[in-house]
Amino acid sequence: MKTVSELQAIRDKYKPIVTERAEGAVVTPGQPRMSVLVCGGTGCTSGNSTTIYDNFINQLDERGLKDEVKVIMTGCFGLCSKGPIAVVYPDGSFYTHVKPEDVTEIVEQHIVGGKPVERLLHAEKASDGQLKSINDTDFYKSQRRIVLRNCGVIDPENIDEYLATDGYKAYEKAVSTMTPQQVIDEIKKSGLRGRGGAGFSTGMKWQFTHDAQGAEKYVACNADEGDPGAFMDRSLLEGDPHAVIEAMMIAGYAVGAEHGVIYVRAEYPIAVHRLEVAIAQAREYGILGDNALGLGHKFDLELRLGAGAFVCGEETALLNSAEGKRGEPRQRPPFPAIKGLFGKPTLINNVETYGNITQIILNGADWFASMGTEKSKGTKVFALGGKLENVGLVEIPMGTPLRTIVEDIGGGCPNGKKFKAAQTGGPSGGCIPMSLIDTPIDYDNLMAIGSMMGSGGLIVMDEDNCMVDIAKFFLEFTVDESCGKCTPCRIGNKRLLEMLDKVTKGEATLEDLDKMEELCHYIKDNSLCGLGQTAPNPVLSTLRYFRDEYEAHCNGKCPAGVCKALVSYKVDAEKCIGCTICARNCPVNAISGSVKQPHTIDPKKCIKCGVCASKCPKGAISK
Amino acid sequence: MKNVNLKVNGVAVTVPEGTRILDAAIKAGFKIPTLCYMKDLCNESSCRVCVVEIKNNRKLMTACSTVVSEGMEVFTNTPKVRASRKITLELMLSNHHKECLSCVRSGNCELQSLATEYGCDAEKYKGAMNSYDVDDCTEYLVRDNNKCILCRRCVAACNSVQTVGVIDANKRGFATCIASPFGRKLSEVPCVACGQCINVCPTGALREKDSLAQVDALLADKTKTVIVGTAPAVRAALGEEFGYPIGTDTEGKMVAALKAIGFDKVFDVNMTADMTIMEEGTEFISRLNDPNATLPMITSCSPGWVRFIEYFYPEQLKHLSSCKSPQQMFGAIMKTYYAKKLGIDPKDMAVVTVMPCIAKKFEITRDAQSAAGVPDVDVSITTRELARMIKNYGIDFKSLDPKTEFDDPIGKGSTAGGLFGATGGVMEAALRTVAETVTGKTLENVDFKAVRGVKGIKEATVELNGKKLNIAVASGLSNARKLLDEIKAGNSKYHFIEIMSCPGGCVNGGGQPIVNTETRNLVDIRQARAKVLYNKDKKSALRKCHENPIVKTIYAEYFGEPNSHIAHDVLHTEYVKREKY
Repeated sequence: MKTVSELQAIRDKYKPIVTERAEGAVVTPGQPRMSVLVCGGTGCTSGNSTTIYDNFINQLDERGLKDEVKVIMTGCFGLCSKGPIAVVYPDGSFYTHVKPEDVTEIVEQHIVGGKPVERLLHAEKASDGQLKSINDTDFYKSQRRIVLRNCGVIDPENIDEYLATDGYKAYEKAVSTMTPQQVIDEIKKSGLRGRGGAGFSTGMKWQFTHDAQGAEKYVACNADEGDPGAFMDRSLLEGDPHAVIEAMMIAGYAVGAEHGVIYVRAEYPIAVHRLEVAIAQAREYGILGDNALGLGHKFDLELRLGAGAFVCGEETALLNSAEGKRGEPRQRPPFPAIKGLFGKPTLINNVETYGNITQIILNGADWFASMGTEKSKGTKVFALGGKLENVGLVEIPMGTPLRTIVEDIGGGCPNGKKFKAAQTGGPSGGCIPMSLIDTPIDYDNLMAIGSMMGSGGLIVMDEDNCMVDIAKFFLEFTVDESCGKCTPCRIGNKRLLEMLDKVTKGEATLEDLDKMEELCHYIKDNSLCGLGQTAPNPVLSTLRYFRDEYEAHCNGKCPAGVCKALVSYKVDAEKCIGCTICARNCPVNAISGSVKQPHTIDPKKCIKCGVCASKCPKGAISK
Repeated sequence: MKNVNLKVNGVAVTVPEGTRILDAAIKAGFKIPTLCYMKDLCNESSCRVCVVEIKNNRKLMTACSTVVSEGMEVFTNTPKVRASRKITLELMLSNHHKECLSCVRSGNCELQSLATEYGCDAEKYKGAMNSYDVDDCTEYLVRDNNKCILCRRCVAACNSVQTVGVIDANKRGFATCIASPFGRKLSEVPCVACGQCINVCPTGALREKDSLAQVDALLADKTKTVIVGTAPAVRAALGEEFGYPIGTDTEGKMVAALKAIGFDKVFDVNMTADMTIMEEGTEFISRLNDPNATLPMITSCSPGWVRFIEYFYPEQLKHLSSCKSPQQMFGAIMKTYYAKKLGIDPKDMAVVTVMPCIAKKFEITRDAQSAAGVPDVDVSITTRELARMIKNYGIDFKSLDPKTEFDDPIGKGSTAGGLFGATGGVMEAALRTVAETVTGKTLENVDFKAVRGVKGIKEATVELNGKKLNIAVASGLSNARKLLDEIKAGNSKYHFIEIMSCPGGCVNGGGQPIVNTETRNLVDIRQARAKVLYNKDKKSALRKCHENPIVKTIYAEYFGEPNSHIAHDVLHTEYVKREKY
């Protein structure tokens, strides 16, 4: 077991090594002169970044440079669409789309030769033609990384590097200088709200669990991130697992719990591995265990792996699943704070919520509350997806306008297409139209416009997206993921989906739209858990902002040309040169015509795959 | 306990702290429908049909699970509430095989009556429907998931009440269905056939396997002498099927109906309950006197219970009495002693029993239940099936003579044997006989009140000739499990244990008339039905099994004495270890 002073010695030793990883940092004598950070997030790992890492290690070793240059596998840098990513410090060269075979060039030209490999740099030029610092690029400059502060900076599998970033200092501070109630008061004062979706006051949740009667209590971490396209929690666990563990320890101290449970998806193998490593290291250092750092507080935690049901992200379903039961929600009240895991008072927070805790304790509630809007404090991590130039992970202060996220950070829609809507909150959220793009993003604003913060997925749609089709996509997901326990969700959402399907086939009437709306409100009001209560949101919000598209479908037209049943391909006889390419590429032989004569498409045979239109050299085929 | 004041639809009502809105509303005079909730059984909040509005609460809340608070104002029938319930019911109907014209539960279906009350349009949400094969692979039960509304009462009955746990929700979303693990059929899992799931099912998704066609065929076969015997609990509940209040004794009308149907003899299984006490009591006394014998001895008349121990505690089978159940003794005596007396070949005799139980349908197929070389009992039907039969045969039950008596000679049973229908009844009947046999003295008071009532586990100590006997009575298999775990752990203090599979005993058996959730909120059916049997006993002149003159005659003419060699051959059986999967 390490004592408080031994931990401090480790911090002091590793601090210079970690602080070198900044642009223009001064290298401490006796430390490596350069650091190469290779992204070990999920996206870059699937882009083979582990081989890139190995190549750096091997090549630097061969050249006898392994003491001069330190290579670290970090968590996610955020700019996933440009991965795999490698960054070289102290000059801060940000390499994108790196391939394993590029390593030789980087080592030879940059590390040995001192000249960055320009063709691999992610660089924006300032007005004077100079390259901007990476922190000044559009993607990073509007961000404020509190939760993600260590992602892309430290080696998540090395507790010493976490310690170097003031790791476990917040815990030390809480346990040795604050009472549990003072900790809770600080969290309350910070205004932190749950990052998992509903935005309930974190401090209040802690207070309820603290006040609940019971000798045995639990602290649980909801790492069952399930929204399609969301990977905030995953990236935090992969990039900075100790931050979550430390926050849970602080929570355990505050609410009076000795046991912690992290419920994490089995589909997150890297996150699970890094958590396992982190827990083992924390136990080895005597941080987790019977008497943490000799401070007299007992806390330990274990992992529970979920099999990937979306509903298990709902806190009561999560508890059932963690107990080994079928992942189905329980009726609330009683809330988990009163009756949670194994019937004991349980605090459940989401990964990202925990990600804020150490910083609030270290820097104070006022510091945290200085960021954000009146009722939504701090920052929020978003997973940007869809029709954007820069897809990836960003952390922005609450209150940042949606436009900043879409146009500046995200780089706008590719190929000059027009922005149509942004979807937040995943399958539980709604679509925000162009007319509301200047809405400052916070819990209450999103709720007011019919969407929700959710866990932080943000998917952008452009003019080529059909909003009915989008609503159908999300509803298909929730129908598939419904646990089947309550009637409104099990049958209601299924019927709603069938009605949407009718719309996309042009078989619905305007009265059907009213019936759909009635059913949506019924499902919201009557479902047992959050999954059902929010499932109709994508339908309701698109009905609200894009009713014209629904009405067009009722009149047999899909304005975006997405819904196959309502689309027909035609050959413009004027433009057609009779090259026969379309006919040769049609998978169902629906196109006929002689050479050099205009061709025709048989609508009975056509399966509307669009291959002909994409192959036509003259652009003669259109929907 | 503190009281809480609230208003339901403006009506002020005071209830104890912790009361649910549903019960507070009942007190205030308002009904709230429930399809998943059932008192003391199921509280899943899954059907959503009990939603209510609460002042200053934007959400609809479920009355079945929400606890009242001081000053709460509840509204149980606002436009929003009624519209929501209606849609919930319409959604259920959209995925329900609406065979209401011919469904066995038509007229007694909770979904059907609510759909009518709420003026539902069954076609409003027409869409894809699930289609399931009907599981009718067992001798006793039929599951038709096409009619299931996933209320999960059956799951609660199987898992919580009986701790058998052979069914639960499978798959998810719209495909969710109640089934056994890995899609196994009911015959491939350790279902004990108690039938408690049927009794709580709000629709026709669960029912007994109907055996009436077999009975019809036997009655039409002129070469057969068809004898029917009725279990004690049947007379205490049959009337409910004809509109009589719960707890009405319809013994005479039942006998008259069976005679009108055309059975050659209508006998009373109470008589073989008396025989069971003779055999079991004697077995108990001899175990008590044998220092090497296994104690506690446990009763074996409940076939669901027997299956339970065979599946879950096979190493404890030696504790079971080797006696056949009263049903099987009835069949065995008919086909041996009585066939001989009539001078007919047992093959030309058919025995039909009417039982409050579906496990009895299984029991007649067990091995070692063929005393005369042919099955002791040919067909076993439930109380519910008898009611259907009476209706089918065009018999006006209400106008039947309530004083009609069973046929001789097996018509007379003691009312102690009649107590077999209620939990504790076997024990009480046994104690009356055992006490007098052991002490040789006549009991002054034959009421053993400590073993009466619906408590899950009851215990008492009885002194016989200076020796203290510890006895226990359990009903419901979760309670049986507790006593067996004690035996397994070696710390059971009991000498004699009575166990009934169904909570409250046979009066609440899986073959009894189905009572809807609304009535169950107001009446404890176990108590009300058991009262019929205790009242009969109170008024009876024949309150001890061993005093039954017919019992004495049968022993004198055929068996000699209890536990004799021939009694063993005819009236006893054996048990087997069953593999769970």
